[in-house]
Amino acid sequence: MQMEATIAQSVSEKVKTSGAEAVIRSLLAEKVDLLFGYPGGAIMPVYDALFHYQQALKHVLTRHEQGAIHAAQGYARATGKVGVVMATSGPGATNLITGIADAMIDSTPLVCITGQVGSHLLGTDAFQETDIISISMPCTKWNFQVTKAEEIPAALAKAFYIAQSGRPGPVLIDITKDAQFGEVEFEYSPCQNVRSYKPEPPINPEAIEQAAELINSAKRPFVLFGQGVILGQAEEEFKSFIEKTGIPAASTLLGLSALPTDHPLNVGMLGMHGNYGPNKLTNECDVLIAIGMRFDDRVTGDLSRYAVQAKVIHLDIDPSEINKNVKVQVPVLGNCKETLKHLTQAVKRKSHQAWLEQFRAYDQIEHEQVIEPELKPLGPELTMGEVIRQVNELARGEAILVTDVGQHQMVACRYTHFKQTKSNITSGGLGTMGFCLPAALGAKLGTPDREVVAVIGDGGFQMTLQELGTIFQTKAAVKIIILNNSFLGMVRQWQQLFFDKRYSSTEMVNPDFVKIAEGYGIKGRSIKQRSQLKEAVAEMLDHKESYLLEVHVGKEDNVFPMVPTGASVSDVRLS
Amino acid sequence: MCKDFTITVFTEDHIGLLNRITSVFTRRHLNIESLNTSESQIPGIHRFTIVLNTTEEIVQKIVLQLEKQVEVIKAVYHLDEETVFQEITLFKVSVEQAAQHNLVERLIRDKNARILSVEQDFMIIEKTGHKAENDDLLEFLRPFGLIDYVKSGRVSLIKPDEELKNLHELVNEAKQANNNQSFN
Repeated sequence: MQMEATIAQSVSEKVKTSGAEAVIRSLLAEKVDLLFGYPGGAIMPVYDALFHYQQALKHVLTRHEQGAIHAAQGYARATGKVGVVMATSGPGATNLITGIADAMIDSTPLVCITGQVGSHLLGTDAFQETDIISISMPCTKWNFQVTKAEEIPAALAKAFYIAQSGRPGPVLIDITKDAQFGEVEFEYSPCQNVRSYKPEPPINPEAIEQAAELINSAKRPFVLFGQGVILGQAEEEFKSFIEKTGIPAASTLLGLSALPTDHPLNVGMLGMHGNYGPNKLTNECDVLIAIGMRFDDRVTGDLSRYAVQAKVIHLDIDPSEINKNVKVQVPVLGNCKETLKHLTQAVKRKSHQAWLEQFRAYDQIEHEQVIEPELKPLGPELTMGEVIRQVNELARGEAILVTDVGQHQMVACRYTHFKQTKSNITSGGLGTMGFCLPAALGAKLGTPDREVVAVIGDGGFQMTLQELGTIFQTKAAVKIIILNNSFLGMVRQWQQLFFDKRYSSTEMVNPDFVKIAEGYGIKGRSIKQRSQLKEAVAEMLDHKESYLLEVHVGKEDNVFPMVPTGASVSDVRLS
Repeated sequence: MCKDFTITVFTEDHIGLLNRITSVFTRRHLNIESLNTSESQIPGIHRFTIVLNTTEEIVQKIVLQLEKQVEVIKAVYHLDEETVFQEITLFKVSVEQAAQHNLVERLIRDKNARILSVEQDFMIIEKTGHKAENDDLLEFLRPFGLIDYVKSGRVSLIKPDEELKNLHELVNEAKQANNNQSFN
């Protein structure tokens, strides 16, 4: 009761507190109930203040700051809320950088709080001093150094506002130790406006009209959707739009799960290892409608041969994305939740059956040449695809899939059928190996009622496997599948295809992963045989606690289709 | 085709913003020709004048990425003919040589330079103008005991009135819509 009273007070009443306690009270005022982090000298006052608030604000002690930030990312991606991470100065802060860069490129809302040496020591090469403001500047949406306790509530209010408004991203607040020890008349008012910052550009009705005209007269329109649909919570608006216009829609890697995989207008995934039809037909459509996606080079291949025949409509919240990579005829700026509503009203109800059939015809080819051999292989070795499909079926398509980076990531995203949004968590833009395990932990803690399956390669697993300790300690029931091919598979695939099979530093001699899991009190099992697969996956999913399943797969299997670097999307290879 | 573009950026006056602005150029491996920062006509708003030699396509992208920064209020770019601009160069010249070659009158009459200070051994000459004019004077002075020189970045005002008015309106509007925080 007393705790609740304190929390209520933290939002409304003026109270005198330490800067450190002001940090905690600000987090509570922002309705944060979970944060990830790692203590150390320069952040100790905040950790000390946290001690009294443990009931209201749960702190997850990871085993490395990189683990903390990836966990916060997984939490943010699964819940749609801001992920919060805390670390000390110096190495604690620099260990966050990979995750900050990852969150920046994948537009994940994060508030990172770092301790800093006392303000009188700034610039003196003090113990564990690093200029984290300068270091994090190019990979944060905004950052700020607090040197006075009284700045803390407003700085955090601004941080939360900036992190989650407009195109979300990571924000870092660096707090000197004297500011944490200092006193402040605590009063919190959430930030609603920053004068230099316009998170959502105003909607231009003319652009909507022009886009509608183009769409109405299109013969072969094609929709590309990205994570913007999920970040804008525009899944329903998006579905209404494609259903009214009858336009086939393909997803970017991060757009997956915004539209159910089995929706009749969902024609699959774009990009380097995306589906055959969407890649081929990008170069045959007459109007390309890009929604909340940024034409990443892994999606476009060679830009000079990318959809040059098409008129391009680009819906995005970020004006700097317009014409960044692909020349756009009609930019539609704004939050796609709003712009899609307007656009859907302005377009005619149509169907493009014959055009959709063309996608299905390519599906057939891909099915025969790639999917069938992957899912029903003739050889004795298990393929990644059949493992993923087995998991997907037994989890009834309802699990959150968290992946790392590499072959297993592409296979998992290709072969998982998603039913609901926010079900695909992966490091897309930065391609951060080691992302998966901590991100899965964060996703599970954020959505305890959902099944969370982490699919990881043997390489990436060993980059952050220390987070098994956090999983053990928090009892987060994360299901972990290691697809072990004893290689850095994607690099090996490139070596095979483009470097005459010179397997330079890609083969791995791996430890006994099940024993490692056992050491952390996590039940594990390793399988090699097809006959064991279904039962082993079922055992993993049925297990109430965390579980690690290692599956040995073909050592030199490749992921196809593939758009080789520098090739046009329509030169996508099936083998 | 590469040309000189003058980028004008209006920002909050916050520590570290210079880093944030230059990193937009650094990450694209672009060299800044000159950079000047100062207060602006609007109290509390800072003004950057940046000269970049590049293509219009790149400068368009740069300006949008600058404007994307949370503390940037507005970024615009202009060609030389759309702005009035000036640079300043200070020269340190040997007094003896200047007297020997009768430099002073030539400097003032022909080159429109000013003498800022005369000391026992050297004098300081100031020349403001376009870069080419200042560089012309530099070459003129080289043979005559030029001891040292320093150049400023470009400062520039935008010619089209309407655009300037819009800019100021925007900045004022931003200022009025100030948040209710105790700092910003």
